[in-house]
Amino acid sequence: MDMTQARSLFIDEANSLLADMERFLLEIEAGDATSAQHIDAIFRAAHTIKGSAGLFGFDHIVAFTHNVESVLDKVRSGQLELDGELINLMLQCQDHTASLIRQLEDESSGIDLVTGTALIKQLHLYLDPAPVVIVAPTAALTHTEHWQLDVHYGEDVFRDGMDPLSQLHYLQSLGELKQVRLVPHWPAPAAFDPESCYLQLKFELASTATKQQIADVFEFVQDNSKVQISPPNQIKASLDALPTVDEKLGTLLVNAGAVTERELQSALSSQKEHDNNQALGQVLVDQGAVSPEMVAVALDKQKATEHKRPADFQFLKVEARKLDELINLVGELVTAGAGIDVLVQEIANEKLKESFSVLTGLLEQIRDGALGLRMVQVGESFSRLRRIVRDVSKELGKDIELTVEGADTELDKSMVEKLSDPLMHIVRNALDHGIESKELRLYKGKPAQGQLKLSACHEAGSVVIEIADDGAGLNIERIRAKAIEKNIISADQELAEEDIYKLIFAPGFSTAAAVTNLSGRGVGMDVVKRNIEELRGQIQISSVPDQGTVFRIRLPLTLAIIDGFLVSVAGTHLVLPLNMVQECIEFQMSQQDNERNYLDLRGEVLPFIRLRQLFDLAGPPQSRENIVVVQYGKHRAGLVVDHLHGELQAVIKPLNTLFRSLRGIGGYTILGSGNVGLILDIPQLVQFATNLENQSFVH
Amino acid sequence: MDEQFNKDPLSHQHFLTFLLRDECFGISISSVKEIIEYDNVTPIPLMPDFVKGVLNLRGDVVPVIDLSIRFNKSATEISKRTCIVILEILFEEQIVTIGAVVDSVSEVIEINMDNIEPAPTFGAKIRAQFILGVANVGEQFVILLRGERVLSLDEMAAIIEKVAD
Repeated sequence: MDMTQARSLFIDEANSLLADMERFLLEIEAGDATSAQHIDAIFRAAHTIKGSAGLFGFDHIVAFTHNVESVLDKVRSGQLELDGELINLMLQCQDHTASLIRQLEDESSGIDLVTGTALIKQLHLYLDPAPVVIVAPTAALTHTEHWQLDVHYGEDVFRDGMDPLSQLHYLQSLGELKQVRLVPHWPAPAAFDPESCYLQLKFELASTATKQQIADVFEFVQDNSKVQISPPNQIKASLDALPTVDEKLGTLLVNAGAVTERELQSALSSQKEHDNNQALGQVLVDQGAVSPEMVAVALDKQKATEHKRPADFQFLKVEARKLDELINLVGELVTAGAGIDVLVQEIANEKLKESFSVLTGLLEQIRDGALGLRMVQVGESFSRLRRIVRDVSKELGKDIELTVEGADTELDKSMVEKLSDPLMHIVRNALDHGIESKELRLYKGKPAQGQLKLSACHEAGSVVIEIADDGAGLNIERIRAKAIEKNIISADQELAEEDIYKLIFAPGFSTAAAVTNLSGRGVGMDVVKRNIEELRGQIQISSVPDQGTVFRIRLPLTLAIIDGFLVSVAGTHLVLPLNMVQECIEFQMSQQDNERNYLDLRGEVLPFIRLRQLFDLAGPPQSRENIVVVQYGKHRAGLVVDHLHGELQAVIKPLNTLFRSLRGIGGYTILGSGNVGLILDIPQLVQFATNLENQSFVH
Repeated sequence: MDEQFNKDPLSHQHFLTFLLRDECFGISISSVKEIIEYDNVTPIPLMPDFVKGVLNLRGDVVPVIDLSIRFNKSATEISKRTCIVILEILFEEQIVTIGAVVDSVSEVIEINMDNIEPAPTFGAKIRAQFILGVANVGEQFVILLRGERVLSLDEMAAIIEKVAD
């Protein structure tokens, strides 16, 4: 693996860890999560980022995340409480780390040292001076039946008001003292200070207490004394008896009572500090906390659990490029299959047809499977919005509840990525302009808490995402006035309600009286519309005064391959998305006057588009034309075409930059015959036809 | 006259020459991918005349441009000798493949950069910025084109946008 690849892997991993971190922090804050596991996960995220950043030599990231990690470590060990304030700080740290990671990708942006330093300062308020780790001389302990205690008292023990004798008494309450040996360390007579303690005590204790209980006895002298407690053999037995669980070595030893939490932490931090690759077990042995045999037993235990692990793997990380290549290949396969299909129809051999149909079936499954690999849950985008809702509503002093529905709706990964910016803009606008301030809401008789609802669902081959607020709704008069002021429309232009709403997507349009920090700069909504159109989607707005606004975004399921319906007009092959095709009917001669473009379909009026006219295609109309009835959302329309050719799988190739202004055509596909077919974007096509007709009234 | 045109007397460059309305043009072979017969071009609706349509080039969909119309001359008549020169052009840091319709392809010639004269400011009836220079080859003038200018996607897309409106 070359460095750039590894680096992009690191960036990718870091980003997903940061996203997790954010999500967990928000869940803890919202109070809908069991904290312990979440705190662990948050800690792990910070720890992993730090570790990986270290591998690449991104020292500034290591330096920053180290502080974050240290604070989180205290939270994890219960020394600190993760309160609102700390969550806030952690979220800021998460943001800063994210910006540091972003900077790796985009070298041009500078490192924000000011924020970093400020955050580190705040973090340090939570951190006591770093604990001093005393590495004991390597003296491998031997096991006996009893606890071996070796306490080398610091000189200040008496001055601190501690009395070794009382500790001795207390030890007796835990078990039976088998042996007590006194090893005094007298200084040179001149240096002797009667107030100092020069004692070292060695005990042998027969007790069933845990190591933690015993260590607690020396808790108050621990800071300036050296305490070594080595467990008796029976602990080894209890370690053996532990159920095989997926635990770290340290946790195993602590659970068995062989090591105290404190010893583990000090070993861990010494491991970090010395930056060596020494195993945790070895560090613990060196510190005299545990014997080598004990570590060996624990390691065995751990190995046993490791074997079980692979079954837990639910995800496989695959490079996006590989997946794209696979999907491209599947696309080629589908195209090649279509080519064979043409030949098979020509040859008209039953057996050939039969085996080819089996192949086609498999091909379809492979296609769906390959495309499925790219599908991710739209919830990923939504969870980012959660953060925005939280921050923005705090900043605005509004109380807003976010509800999410259908977060498990699946959408092409590349679309989810491109969707996050437009969604963010819409949500910000809804929070800032849509939902009123608390006072105003109460005045209007609405609950003080505003509601913002995000939902996603499947609808006829597309995904519909709705962003609904219960705010003031769009003010038609104000939008109109503003549009006239900005020369977007002329003063006498008559517009339908829906068309007025669409004006907010015009470039340079903004109705907010004051430009706030969040929105109101007039950039955004036009970008939103463009982004969504780039994804072959549409956006609609509906709004009721004082009840709220709903943005509906309709997106195609995938950008790669669709089931299509092939038709032709004047020799041009056109592909309609099959899931929008409802039925095909013959275009009756009686309806073929050019006066009207609608017909009676079983009692319902069906407007239709003559594609020959719309696309300005050569040649007189055929004597027998067909109408394909298409439906999307609540709209229905007929398309007049020459010939119907049937279903096909169309690999969508995006339009060249050259054709960016083309309306109604979403891409090309290569047909079985080798010709190029044009894929129709039906909603856009209908919109285009409607605009043309409206224009003809103006002129 | 043209700062960008850096004359290096040592360098020789190869140019593909072709005929457009009986005039001889040349384009650096470094941007020529291949030459194919004019066939199977699918027209795209609502496009201005100079966009002939798109072509399936082994699975890639390539837009095809009529150079003659691009130079404000009459449309190329499709004959047996009509060819599409497939060019690879750098556009916004990406290599874009595009096809140019020409009346016929002549040959590949080697031109000493020293023999290239700057483009005449007028008289060629082609926008001067399209022209790299003019070379005299065997008693005939060859107008050497700047592929990336002639087929500037941005400019062509802007023209299409105007037509679409």
